[in-house]
Amino acid sequence: MEKAIKRWWPVFVLPTFAAFCIGFIAPFIMGLGLSFCDFTTVADATFTGIDNYVKAFSDTVFQHAFWYTALFAVASLVVINVVAFAFALALTKKLRGTNIFRTVFFMPNLIGGIVLGYIWQLIFNGVLAQYSTSINLNEWYGFAGLIILVAWQQIGYMMIIYIAGLQSIPGDVLEAAEIDGAGSWRRLFSVTIPMMMPSITICMFLSLTNGFKLFDQNLSLTAGEPAKMSELLALNIYNTFYGRTGWEGVGQAKAVIFFLLVVAIGLIQLRATRSKEVQA
Amino acid sequence: MLNRRSFLSAGLGVGAMAALAGCSGSDNATASAAEGSGKVYYLNFKPEQDEQWQELAEIYTKETGTEVTVLTAASGQYETTLKSEMAKTNAPTLFQVNGPVGLASWEQYCYDLDGSDVVNALTSDSYELHGSDDKIKGVAYVVETYGLIANTDLLEKAGYKAEDITSFAELKKVAEDITARKDELGFAAFTSAGMDGSSDWRFKTHLANLPIYYEYQADGIDSTDAIKGTYLDNYRQIWDLYINNATCEPSILSTKTGDDAVADFVTEKAAFYQNGTWAYADVEDLGADKLKMLPIYIGVDGEENQGLCTGSENYWCVNGKASEEDIKATLDFINWCVTSDEGKNAMAGAEGAMPSGADGMGFVIPFEGAPESANPFVEQDAAYTADGKTPVDWCFSTMPSEEWKNGVGSALTTYAANQTDDEWNKVVAAFVDGWATEYAAANN
Repeated sequence: MEKAIKRWWPVFVLPTFAAFCIGFIAPFIMGLGLSFCDFTTVADATFTGIDNYVKAFSDTVFQHAFWYTALFAVASLVVINVVAFAFALALTKKLRGTNIFRTVFFMPNLIGGIVLGYIWQLIFNGVLAQYSTSINLNEWYGFAGLIILVAWQQIGYMMIIYIAGLQSIPGDVLEAAEIDGAGSWRRLFSVTIPMMMPSITICMFLSLTNGFKLFDQNLSLTAGEPAKMSELLALNIYNTFYGRTGWEGVGQAKAVIFFLLVVAIGLIQLRATRSKEVQA
Repeated sequence: MLNRRSFLSAGLGVGAMAALAGCSGSDNATASAAEGSGKVYYLNFKPEQDEQWQELAEIYTKETGTEVTVLTAASGQYETTLKSEMAKTNAPTLFQVNGPVGLASWEQYCYDLDGSDVVNALTSDSYELHGSDDKIKGVAYVVETYGLIANTDLLEKAGYKAEDITSFAELKKVAEDITARKDELGFAAFTSAGMDGSSDWRFKTHLANLPIYYEYQADGIDSTDAIKGTYLDNYRQIWDLYINNATCEPSILSTKTGDDAVADFVTEKAAFYQNGTWAYADVEDLGADKLKMLPIYIGVDGEENQGLCTGSENYWCVNGKASEEDIKATLDFINWCVTSDEGKNAMAGAEGAMPSGADGMGFVIPFEGAPESANPFVEQDAAYTADGKTPVDWCFSTMPSEEWKNGVGSALTTYAANQTDDEWNKVVAAFVDGWATEYAAANN
């Protein structure tokens, strides 16, 4: 068996590797190069140095999008993980119908972001119409709307990861804590959560990067209205690329900045939570 | 517009569509390689006319053996699709730009059309689009008109005649009277001025054209790097009139779509609907004799002589980076479209004009010997011009960027919800300051 794998590994690895190169590595390198160019189509560019980066950094809308996105990512991270964890705790108790609830909570995750955005836009505007306003008129309505939307969409997914984590905690550890006189809060914070750190690491990583990368939901829910005040970074990059003649390169430069930012934040977060992981 | 909406969803699959088109293109290439001539690849802008173009392409291939591929970009996705298609080896040989600003980004790809047959077939040289070197880079292939479509039946019920409305003051009087008697009459003056993406272009682009047009007229220019906003008070009064005499509250305009406005109009819940000749199919069920397109009056001196807004934002350009054979094939193809009977009938004909019996594209095409359009709005436009009224040019093709339009659009929406001078000043800022900054950003 092992010998066969040694001999035939290219058959298994190469197709995926080729797809990865064509679909990710090549466009990434091209994009990096294009961020230093002036171009209309990607195959035909002229080098302009760091001009695009200068424009990107001096764009006040981009700066606003940056802070707005950072705030959004942190808020959505907290809401999603706290609620998902609570649901996971509740649904690992011996209750009737936990499987049905798990399925129901997971389902929103199966609907695409664009569709969700339009559906929630109808719901929010239906409610806000009672107060003669709409979600497009205030950036904080848009913010709250996006939080509710992504929470609704992603809580079920994170919940499943947490449930798996909870089920892998050995019962004897909890039992020992109980015998030693630890109350239920004490058990949660001193035993369950430390034992759950691997799940927490992955869930936080996913929700944080999802928060930064959010695009479809933003596009369909508010499209950045009013006046780009609810525009997240990914949408800002897209709008820069297509919004003005000659700004394709600036959009590309923003995309590179965005990439570095998400990678840096993701790594810092991984390191911070990894260090808290414990062995039973 | 329904059609456009459904194409929006298809837009998500545009990449896949493009890939498919690419594949089928190469299959056909081997089939017709015997001809040894060039190929045509047309990236079409108008989803509404996709079927007709496909049929026309098939007919042309049958007649001449030249392979013609037509790909239609999803609504609102033309620039996106064009950018990715042009980067391919088999790039479109025929594409379109929306005017001088669109040309600026594609000029280096445009083949000089000076002296070509299609240029010679134009009825007026005002339909040529010139590049920075003054060579002809594009030709308008469809001329369109917009204005304020009135339901004359409803106006009569309210005791007015469409003919009597010849100034902003008249329009205001009629609209406000209808609003005052809204419950008794059972309809409003205007359809919802929806600021959803499917409808906001009617106001941030088409309505905004009027103050720009009058400013250009007053200053004797046809484009500018800094708009002064001389007629923005007029823009405000027409916008106020639209939003405060409509079927819905001004505060919920941001959620209203193009379909909502069509629905208001065809169910006779509103008497006026701002849109163009292309919208005739949406409203024709009301009956042609009930429909009259009025000029959009904004209260400028001498506006009783103002006609409808007529122009083009659809210019064909030939890809100059394609091979010689492909360029020649493309020039032959567009020339055939606008000079042969099949081509002219398909482009300008209405019901049953296609050889297959399907409806034609219903365009007004600015080429010699084109058949008369059956669209009543087009006839009304001709009548205005014959009456000595001056058509309003489409100056919106000189708007500096999409960003500018979006900025004005959001400011209009916010103002509609809270109609204070402060909020209007934001519209003015987006209009005037936004123009200068966007112009500088797009032209440095």
